Amino acid sequence: MSDTHAETAFIRTEMLGPQLPPVTERGVVKWLRENLFAGWTNTALTLVALFVVFWLVQLALPWWLNGVWNATSLGECRTIAGPEGGACWAVIKARWHQYIFGFYPQDMYWRPIVAFGLMFVALAPVLYYGLRSGARLVGVVAVLTVVSLAALDHDIGHVVLAAVVMAGLFALAWVAPKRLVYVTLLYPFLAFWLLWGGSIWKPVATLAGFGVMVLVYRLIQPRLGVVMGTATGFITACLYWLFVQGSVTAALAGVPPELVPVNSDQFGGFLLAFVIGVTAISCSLPIGILLALGRRSDMLLIKTLSVGFIEFIRGVPLITMLFTASLLLQYFLPPRTNFDLILRVVILVTLFAAAYIAEVIRGGLAALPRGQYEAADALGLDYWQAQRLIIMPQALKISIPGIVSTFIGLFKDTTLVSFVGLLDPLRGVTQIVRADINWKGIYWEPYIFVGVIFFLICFGMSRYSMYLEQKLKTDHR
Amino acid sequence: MAMASEAPKDGFRLSMLIYDTRFRSFTIQVIVLLLVLMGIAWLVDNTVQNLAAKDKDINFGFLWNRAGYDIEQQLIPYTNDSTHGRAAIIGLLNTLVVAFWGCIFATVLGVFAGVLRLSKNWLVARLMTVYVEAFRNVPLLLWIIVVFVVTSETAPQPKDFKVTAEMVQTGAEPPAQKILFGTVAITNRGWNIPAPLVERPLGVVNVGSVPVNLTLLAVIAAIVGSVLVNRAILRRARRIQEETGDRPTTWWQSLLVLFAPTILLLLALGFHIEVPAFPTDETGVSKGFNFQGGILVMHSFSALLIALSLYTGAFIAEAVRGGVLAISRGQTEAAYALGLRPGRTMKLIILPQALRVIIPPLISQYLNLTKNTSLGIAVSYLDLRGTLGGITLNQTGRELECMLLMMLIYLTISLIISSLMNVFNSAVKLKER
Amino acid sequence: MKKSVFLGVVAATAMTAGFASAATLDDVKARGELLCGSNTGLTGFGAPDANGNWVGFDVSLCRAVAAAVLGDPAKVKFVPTTGETRFTALASGEVDLLVRNSTWTFSRDTDLKFDFVAVNYYDGQGFMVKKDLGVSSAKELDGATVCIQTGTTTELNLADFFKFNNIKYTPVTVQDDSEAQRQYLAGACDAYTTDASGLAASRATMADPENHIILPEIISKEPLGPVVRHGDNNWGDIVRWTYYALLIAEEKGITKANIEEVASSTTDPEVRRLLGLEGDAGVMMGLDNNWAKNAIAANGNYGEIFEANIGTSTPIGLARGLNALWTQGGLQYAPPLR
Repeated sequence: MSDTHAETAFIRTEMLGPQLPPVTERGVVKWLRENLFAGWTNTALTLVALFVVFWLVQLALPWWLNGVWNATSLGECRTIAGPEGGACWAVIKARWHQYIFGFYPQDMYWRPIVAFGLMFVALAPVLYYGLRSGARLVGVVAVLTVVSLAALDHDIGHVVLAAVVMAGLFALAWVAPKRLVYVTLLYPFLAFWLLWGGSIWKPVATLAGFGVMVLVYRLIQPRLGVVMGTATGFITACLYWLFVQGSVTAALAGVPPELVPVNSDQFGGFLLAFVIGVTAISCSLPIGILLALGRRSDMLLIKTLSVGFIEFIRGVPLITMLFTASLLLQYFLPPRTNFDLILRVVILVTLFAAAYIAEVIRGGLAALPRGQYEAADALGLDYWQAQRLIIMPQALKISIPGIVSTFIGLFKDTTLVSFVGLLDPLRGVTQIVRADINWKGIYWEPYIFVGVIFFLICFGMSRYSMYLEQKLKTDHR
Repeated sequence: MAMASEAPKDGFRLSMLIYDTRFRSFTIQVIVLLLVLMGIAWLVDNTVQNLAAKDKDINFGFLWNRAGYDIEQQLIPYTNDSTHGRAAIIGLLNTLVVAFWGCIFATVLGVFAGVLRLSKNWLVARLMTVYVEAFRNVPLLLWIIVVFVVTSETAPQPKDFKVTAEMVQTGAEPPAQKILFGTVAITNRGWNIPAPLVERPLGVVNVGSVPVNLTLLAVIAAIVGSVLVNRAILRRARRIQEETGDRPTTWWQSLLVLFAPTILLLLALGFHIEVPAFPTDETGVSKGFNFQGGILVMHSFSALLIALSLYTGAFIAEAVRGGVLAISRGQTEAAYALGLRPGRTMKLIILPQALRVIIPPLISQYLNLTKNTSLGIAVSYLDLRGTLGGITLNQTGRELECMLLMMLIYLTISLIISSLMNVFNSAVKLKER
Repeated sequence: MKKSVFLGVVAATAMTAGFASAATLDDVKARGELLCGSNTGLTGFGAPDANGNWVGFDVSLCRAVAAAVLGDPAKVKFVPTTGETRFTALASGEVDLLVRNSTWTFSRDTDLKFDFVAVNYYDGQGFMVKKDLGVSSAKELDGATVCIQTGTTTELNLADFFKFNNIKYTPVTVQDDSEAQRQYLAGACDAYTTDASGLAASRATMADPENHIILPEIISKEPLGPVVRHGDNNWGDIVRWTYYALLIAEEKGITKANIEEVASSTTDPEVRRLLGLEGDAGVMMGLDNNWAKNAIAANGNYGEIFEANIGTSTPIGLARGLNALWTQGGLQYAPPLR
């Protein structure tokens, strides 16, 4: 039988290679057919979409391509661009620093840049507590900070100093990632000193208040318990801040190191947006946690107060809160009290953010299975121990994406401060640029510039929070 | 929280207020209450002192004084002789009308964009992603300004619609033409749309100081009445169907009941539309600065509405997408197995289920939209903030009263919306047993 | 609990922050800085330049006051205020002085409890229209659309004017000058109304000024001037007389350039009193006797400030008109300094 097989010449001995699919079922054509022209409706949609894209491009492209980068005034731009017209990017070239830093003194730009860089270092332990990945973030930030310093600051001393500090932090992050958390704790005071300048002893003396609080807590807590310990510590710290700190600061005034003081009225542009946004979000976190716990509390009074506060804040627009900061806050404070508009705005924006953060965290708390609470009770933990060790770490982890999106919303909303006369990047700085006789009448370019920066920052943050959401999903439900 | 077991029955000691979990919550609440009361007393005391120092008082009497300024968009009659209180009501109505239409448009837009983002069409899905991300990541304020400037820069000026003497002689057409059969003129000041008018109005009755338009009331009554009668017809048809198995033909009855009364009423009232037009002289040359007649929808309104709808629509699109993705894939497959096409699967199977997931975020988006109407300040849309919290505050110098009143009104609106939506939410919620 | 934290923080801040009191002069001296309420940016009157230095007609008056009080025209902090926040900022002590082209009206003087100490610019509300509109008088604007800034006296004046003349208009409210100008140029309104000086400034910076006309009607009186709070008369006197010192300097021909020379050579008794060579004018107000000299040396006399910021040699190109000295047919008239 086998012979027959060998003799029949028409039987193949080896397999044919697979044939290529028909031309409509492979490559570009298949992709196009499946993704763009599958069926009548789909084709129609594609054509409409193509038309929209084409229309937008032909509307804006000539204007973009004909942009003028070198000119000293709008009139000059118009002359150069000729009759067909074009974008006048020269205004951005001339005034970009005001959009970023406001009126912050130009020779001190290194201070906000370093503060901005350190912010990410301070964030690293929050995002990657005890992980080497934190060091990678610190490394990238360090390089970026030093590069931008080198580009913007002509004083080589600052660049070298920043490089040394950043290298040190990178080494710390690499060797002992957990220690980086001290940078996070110190960061608010460091950033305050860098941005506003003045004597370093002012933030140090303020920081000492927290030292007092911890000390008193440590002394009292073993004897009288957590609640009394916290309360006494807090009261002592307040007393310290109210009555002692002033004289400490005064006594140490003039003792180096000292930075040239910068007034907050010189803050503007994205610097202001970041100062308001970051301060408000970080201050609102503890308040938000307390409010969220208050809202879930068994104590009727505390629950009512928390709900009332949250619902009131969430019920009114941010703009009314800003006008309250600007017009009303002085009515509620002791007569003749007066402080900075930026500080007032930060306080009210913090309260505003706290209500939203409270809702985010309440969501996180609600998402925890009831068993977690019961397990904590079963272990004999008291309320605060349970919160600190069991509940909050999990609830906060679930809430991180929500907190990031609250921050994005708040960051975008910082543009509203222009309505109370602060120099936000969108309207405040633009208004000032337009008041310059050289740029009077300019319109689109500043908005596009500011819009693109906002988009990059917010889009980056939202993508990052999506990534975090994926990474933090440790449950296997 | 841990409940202590039955405590030993010795006498009450003061320290038990802190250490005993039965009393501790009571202690804490009392302390908090005291602190809050002290805080409130402190605030009130400060306010009283500050007011005294500035020689001011809290007095809402200014609401009954003459306002003296004009408002471009009025839903109820208003002149500069009206009171500040009435100006505030005009502002409130302007806020509500933007919020109302904004919620509707944003929902429609959001559902479309959210569904299209999941479309199989690569280009459309990408375009929708671009739309959603662009609007979510750039401040609303910028979008409002951009939409406002685009609408007011690209549309023709009213004078482009005018017929000049030269055009009459040469027979040329003016550079810009009205659209929709010559009834709607889009200019860079706003949209001139036809106004519905009646020749024989039923008159206006004043209830208190609020004028009630009887004509409008009659038309609304006619429409509501027809809808109710139609429902009765349908109910009867269903009953017959359930009893006999045959459903009587009702479409012509429905049609008649739904439209005939209203049309007859409008005919009886002498209904016609007033088309906006330039007044002309004998030779046909246009005069004046603006269109006369019709309704002018100001650009500040339309720009705010468009920007708010686009912005909120992007957020709703995300909520819709999330909701659709939350529905298990088996539902889609089951629908396909039943032979439903993708469009009908979405409409009949996926969206109704996704609705339950979508509604809670939708509520908060509606609330956000309503609060964001206050950004009308950027285009000087005279809403509640623009009238009561803007011009009135500025002309009378009564910050405290104006701001408190304004916050109270916003708060009330928000609470009403959220309670309405919560009722809706619990109505559609999956009834678990 | 949360509330008390907040109050504690506020109280702590309040303690460390400065106090504004009835004696504004003492506050300013203690602070070493004058807080001056300014525009958020109005070409020619007050706006920061590319380096953040505030310049302008109103700004120069603030600098002169700072020079008179503190001896240094740089010791001013400019607080940008909007049309809506300006008076509250002043009332709450957030600024010591408001120089922000604010109109002196009865209700602001009495009901809002402010003092307008002088008039540094006599203005009036006018209308600008495009030439091809074929309008030569504001009374022909029946049915027109008019752009108008909110938070100002102009919206009340406009309503009154049209009502009085029994003609109709459609108002388009806008937030600020640049937005109003854009809308006007785009044809979103037929006429733009604001102070005549602002109209002239806008017109001067347009691409085609010859195609725009300012109508002859001036429908209101707009005396613009520095504002202080009620009840601190000494501070009001200081601001008022600093301003008058600038006027007297112009009258007497004292300029920024020649002030030292005049001081060393003058025999005119009023000039000697002005420059602190005779008498104690400064000390009477609680200032240094060099106050006026410092104020004039800061930016020059009234005429110089006018010319440098908004005068005919600048792109804004305003003529002195009502703001000429009384000796040249204007209204600027300083009482005798004695």
